Amino acid sequence: MSSLVKCPHCGLRPREEFTIRGEVAAPRPSAGADEATWFDHVYLRDNPRGEHREYWHHAGGCRRWLVLSRNTLTHETSDVVDASTLKTEGAR
Amino acid sequence: MTSFRIEGGTLIDRSDVRRFTFNGEALSGIGGDTVASALLANGKQLVGRSFKYHRPRGILTAGAAEPNALLTIGRDGRRDPNTRATMAELYDGLEARSQNCWPNVSFDIGAANGLLGPLLGAGFYYKTFMWPAAFWEKVYEPLIRKAAGLGRASYDPDPGYYEKCWAHCDLLVIGAGPTGLAAALTAGRAGARVIIADEGAQPGGGFLAEGSPVGGKPADTVLADIIGELHALPNVEIRKRTTVFAAYDDQVFGAVERVQKHLPENEINPHRAMERLWRIVARQVVLATGAEERPIVFGGNDRPGVMMAGAMRTYLNAYGVAPGKRVALFANNSQAYQTAVDLEARGIEVAAIIDPRTCPNINYAGKARLIAGAMVRDTAGRRAIKSITVRHDDGSDEVIAVDALGVSGGYSPIVHLACHRGGKPVWSDAHIGFMPPEKTDGMTPCGAVAGKAGIAACFAAGGVAAVKALAELGVMGEAASLPGVEQTAETVDHIQPVWRVASSKGKAFVDFQNDVAASDITLAMREGYDHVELAKRYTTNGMATDQGKTSNVNAIGILAENKRVSPGEIGTTTFRPFYTPVCFGALVGASKGMDFQPVRKSPLHGWAERHGAKFVETGLWYRSSWFPKDGETFWRDSVDREVNTVRTKVGICDVSTLGKIEVFGTDAAEFLNRVYCNAFLKLPVGKARYGIMLREDGFVYDDGTTSCLGENHYFMTTTTALAAGVLTHLEFCAQVLWPELDVRLASATDQWAQMAVAGPRSREVLSKIIDDDISNEAFPFLAAREVSMFGGRLKGRLFRISFSGELAYEIAVPAGYGESVADAVMIAGEEFGIAPYGTEALGVMRIEKGHVTHAEINGTVTPADLGMGRMVSAKKDDFIGRVMNLREGLVDPSRPSLVGIKPKSPSDKFATGSHILNPGDDVSLANDQGYVTSMCHSPTLGHPVGLALVKNGPKRHGEEVVIWNGLAGTTVTGILCDPAFVDPENEKLHA
Repeated sequence: MSSLVKCPHCGLRPREEFTIRGEVAAPRPSAGADEATWFDHVYLRDNPRGEHREYWHHAGGCRRWLVLSRNTLTHETSDVVDASTLKTEGAR
Repeated sequence: MTSFRIEGGTLIDRSDVRRFTFNGEALSGIGGDTVASALLANGKQLVGRSFKYHRPRGILTAGAAEPNALLTIGRDGRRDPNTRATMAELYDGLEARSQNCWPNVSFDIGAANGLLGPLLGAGFYYKTFMWPAAFWEKVYEPLIRKAAGLGRASYDPDPGYYEKCWAHCDLLVIGAGPTGLAAALTAGRAGARVIIADEGAQPGGGFLAEGSPVGGKPADTVLADIIGELHALPNVEIRKRTTVFAAYDDQVFGAVERVQKHLPENEINPHRAMERLWRIVARQVVLATGAEERPIVFGGNDRPGVMMAGAMRTYLNAYGVAPGKRVALFANNSQAYQTAVDLEARGIEVAAIIDPRTCPNINYAGKARLIAGAMVRDTAGRRAIKSITVRHDDGSDEVIAVDALGVSGGYSPIVHLACHRGGKPVWSDAHIGFMPPEKTDGMTPCGAVAGKAGIAACFAAGGVAAVKALAELGVMGEAASLPGVEQTAETVDHIQPVWRVASSKGKAFVDFQNDVAASDITLAMREGYDHVELAKRYTTNGMATDQGKTSNVNAIGILAENKRVSPGEIGTTTFRPFYTPVCFGALVGASKGMDFQPVRKSPLHGWAERHGAKFVETGLWYRSSWFPKDGETFWRDSVDREVNTVRTKVGICDVSTLGKIEVFGTDAAEFLNRVYCNAFLKLPVGKARYGIMLREDGFVYDDGTTSCLGENHYFMTTTTALAAGVLTHLEFCAQVLWPELDVRLASATDQWAQMAVAGPRSREVLSKIIDDDISNEAFPFLAAREVSMFGGRLKGRLFRISFSGELAYEIAVPAGYGESVADAVMIAGEEFGIAPYGTEALGVMRIEKGHVTHAEINGTVTPADLGMGRMVSAKKDDFIGRVMNLREGLVDPSRPSLVGIKPKSPSDKFATGSHILNPGDDVSLANDQGYVTSMCHSPTLGHPVGLALVKNGPKRHGEEVVIWNGLAGTTVTGILCDPAFVDPENEKLHA
């Protein structure tokens, strides 16, 4: 796993400044969505060998939530973005 | 005692005599010695006993790979077990002891294990200790534990100070031998920021052991010139005594620097670290870790006096120590012949060179008798070698008397750091060794680790590698060169692999530290454990503290030979950090004792201290738990008095540790409405509201009050325990779930000192210091706003909220004013009999009032379980946890729900955690009705009261139940009741 994380706001920072929430799961369903959709959102997580997107929180820095894309096999981190961009991009 | 010290020695200073003890015997060495070189100089070849068979063992190497000479060094808290004598520098007054022997190293009772050899072969743990099962706990495990491990750790705390730090550089050079020095010189001259790290006491590596001139000048003079130039370059940092032990992702390297471990106690600076743990971020790395000389596996190859040929050279040239008086060499390569040359140059007799190759292509013109096509098959001597048995190519044996044997079976590149990130080493038939992986991003292996041999070739390679690394950084460099050294065409040394001597007599060891013999590996194969990873674990080869530095490749070679495949097909086991053992002290750093974690003190800590508070640790916080007065000897004396004071008069309590979060923004109300399960959209300015936060899975997460202090400005409080968690959760909601909302969050926990002033006289007390009208009409229950204090000199925030159930306020002032305001409250309250109260009294009063905390909000409850089901908004479209809170299992009316509980007989006591049963029922999970979550003695009612989660609880008030304490084995008859034991009509609250 990465030892250094390129925070889009703070630059290259040590991993210890971050906390990891886990996989970027299915987006939060609408209030009217059926129970199965909600169950998937709350409980269903993948554990892939390869590309993986996770929520990382820069808790010891800017306190922004980030989405980090990394390869669980090669440990390569391909992308780090502010998590707020996920929804704005998705809405487009 | 004969001295083996001779003239010369590039590392030692003969004017500096150092005294030390070995197993209590007083000896002396010289400044610059390692413990190993000093022991050898004193003729001490036998230094320890082997792990399994307790065989006598001597010093095998002169460096980090040492498997045998593990000593316990130092005393009391400064005692380090399993210290490699070959790495430990000698200081005056050093105390060293052998390990794994009793009563002493020369006469060891455990050596009887040697006679049990046939029983202790590969996999003996699995076979011998199988049955009967009952023997495990009582017989086998204690036996294994007693035998396991080598040295023993000290029970005394280490008085030394340890620290951790980061370093950043353009080029990290790992290893300061000829290769690394050339790389550092090249990059340093080009202006790059260079860190060069070496595990040795002095930089130099191969230069230090070199007996021949380099470019016409003595090797140590050449070395001194290079070090001098590097020291003069401000952009180059030389870190000696620094082992780079791990390569992590993103070019981060772990290293440990032994700053003061080599100093006598009276020279240790207590303000300086003993060891320093580095994390080095390097843009490029030159890996110049060199190669490890391999032993040869032959009968009796573990006898003291058998030593690596290269180590002999190091002791001779760097420390001025002769390995013996009459030495033989057993080598399958030409590099090792240099040892014979150097020995003879010092007048030491080389009795024979035994070379398995039939026509060794060598350039040796010394006096030693060369025995080609031969093998050493056995050694003799009780505690040290006396003779060797040579098997000639015609099958005849010859015994040669020697007192030392130098061995060289080839060279294994030290590829560990090139493989820590997952790369697999590559077998090379040309080098008879595993080379670094082909792809090592950001790292250039060069010199001996890449198969080069000799100072000239290595130095040249280091320069070239640095130029390449610099180019990656966009810097031009010119490879450093050694003056007077001409580059000659590389000569290929035809090493003939000898994995083991087939004609070996007696045990032929592969792994010295774990006592694994060649026969064990063959046995493991016969029993089906022929995969390299399985063979390792079945035989324990390579699993000792040396991690098989001298044994792994030989074990692979033997496996390959038996299977008739190339060692490349067998492959290596996985390389993982750490390269060599690292002290716990270095890993712990400064985080020990009171520095283990931060201490958080409330702004009112000093005030509480002045009032004699007893503190309790809750997370990082120190909270005042009760305030004993003169004559109170038992904590409950104080707590009962504090509760009575609040219930009848007035008390003051520090509540600063509650989490405080400022919420701003035009969508702040909408945001709160979505994170709380109850409605917040219409909370008016100047009002506080109790709120419950759910998790998305529908269970209660946290509770607290949130006040509207102005348009688009709210002030949230959380429980002390979840202050950080709630902020993180809110940030996730604001940034990830609803980035479209205009909302800003800021933690204000440390910025405000907050105190609860509670009791029937609280309004009278606060009226004396607050300028505003705080009458019940002007400032009713749940009012919240900024107030003026002390005639306009200070502004504070006043909240009419109550955890105790009494008429109560919480007043918040900027943290720096906390103690003064608390003092002012105490003075104002004196006439009313005010007293400070702590978290214990707070807890008693909230149980009496039926208020919940995380004892009840334990991750398994819904608002309905807590009797607050009606708070969950049915009108709101959406909020965190809305959908999942409606799941079938969460709306089951028979779920355990909040209820009060008291003993039928007021004198009976019961405990938190006790389970509830119906009278007459057997104790079983099926009959379980619920459990007690909180319990205390109620001074107000004069008997114990508790809260419990009980099936159908709210419908069972008045019912008799059994309170079963399974730990104490007691039962008490209890009665379920309303959880609000005090003021169920909330009259006091609204007074």
